[in-house]
Amino acid sequence: MNEPAIRDIWVYLSASPLLGLTITLVAYGLAYRLYLKSNSSPLANPVVSSVAMLIALLMVTGTSYSEYFEGGQFVHFLLGPATVALAVPLYQQFSRLRELWLPVTISLVCGVVIAAGSSIGLAWLLGGSTEIQMSLAPKSATAPVAMGISETIGGIPSLTAVLVVATGIVGAVLGTKLFEWMRITDDSVKGIAMGVAAHGIGTARAFQVSSQMGAFSGLAMALSAFATALIVPWLVDLIGI
Amino acid sequence: MNFLNGMTLLLVYQLVGEVTVRLLAVPIPGPVLGMVMLFLTLMIRGRTPEPLQNASTALLSHLSLLFVPAGVGMMAHFDRIADEWLPITLALFFSTIITMVATAGIMQLTTRWFVRPGQGGGQQDE
Repeated sequence: MNEPAIRDIWVYLSASPLLGLTITLVAYGLAYRLYLKSNSSPLANPVVSSVAMLIALLMVTGTSYSEYFEGGQFVHFLLGPATVALAVPLYQQFSRLRELWLPVTISLVCGVVIAAGSSIGLAWLLGGSTEIQMSLAPKSATAPVAMGISETIGGIPSLTAVLVVATGIVGAVLGTKLFEWMRITDDSVKGIAMGVAAHGIGTARAFQVSSQMGAFSGLAMALSAFATALIVPWLVDLIGI
Repeated sequence: MNFLNGMTLLLVYQLVGEVTVRLLAVPIPGPVLGMVMLFLTLMIRGRTPEPLQNASTALLSHLSLLFVPAGVGMMAHFDRIADEWLPITLALFFSTIITMVATAGIMQLTTRWFVRPGQGGGQQDE
C-alpha cells in the first residue's frame, strides 16, 4: 500500500469514533484473557492492564485523549444505565438487607464519612491544593456519581474519574489481603467494606470470591453512591472549605 | 428483543432521574435517583421482569470494562498528577485502606451487637 493511502485511512479513523471504541474493547478483551491466565490474580486487574495498553498505544500514535474519547464515550456512557441497573441486585438482596439493615446503615454512613474525611485530611496534610482535595473526596463512590459530586464541590470531574478508578484498583488488589489480616471470614462484612471503599471495581473482585460477597458489595456500592451524594457536599460545607 | 427492552427500561429510568434532578435542583446524580426509583418500582411490583434481569446482568458483569475510558483519562491529567503526585498517591492509597479496614471493623462489630448470633455475625470459622 502506498503512503498517501495509509494516511487517508488514518485521517478517516482518527476522525471517527470507530477506532476508539474498538481499541477499548480489544484492549479489555486482551486484558481479561491475561487476567484469566494469571488465575484471576488481583494484581493482573483487567482495568489496570487495559488502561496501560491504551495509554501506551495513544502515546505512540500521538493520539489525544479527546480524540480517543470520541469512541471511548460509548463505553463510558454505559456507566449511567449500569448505575440504574444496581437496583436489581439491591432488590434481590433486600431480604438479607432487612435483616442487617442497622449494621449496614451504620457502617455505610461511617464508611462514607471516613472515605471522604480521610482523603481530604490526608491530601491537606500532605500539602495538596483544595482542588485536589475536592477531587479526591468522592473517590470511593462509583464513577458517574463521584464525577457529579466533584463538580458540585469544586473538584475536577475528569480527574476524579481517574482517582475513582485508581481507588477501585487499590481496594480490589489489597482488599482480600486486608480482610485476611483482620481475620474476617464473614462474606457480608467483606462485601460491605469492599463496596463502600472500592465501588464497582471492588465489586467485580468480590464476585470472584463468592456470589454472596459480590451481592453485598454491589449493595454497598449502590447505597454508598446514594449516601456519598447526600453526605459529601454537606461534609465539605461543614469542614468549611 | 428481550435485552433491548431491559436496556430501554434502564435508560428510561436514567432519563427520568436526570430530568427530575434538574427540575428539583437536588444535588444527587441523575442515575442514582433513577436507581432509587427503579428499586421502589421493583419493591411495589414484587418481582424482576426477565428483560430487566438480562440487561442488568449483562451490564454489571462487565462493570470493570465501563471504567476503562475514564482510566485512560489519566493521560489528560499527567501534568496535574506530576505536580501533586505525593498528596494524590499517598492520600488515595492510605484513605482507601483506612476506609476498607474501618468499614469492615464497624460492620463486624455492629453485626455482633445488633443482630442475633448465627445471622451472619462473623461467627463462622474457616
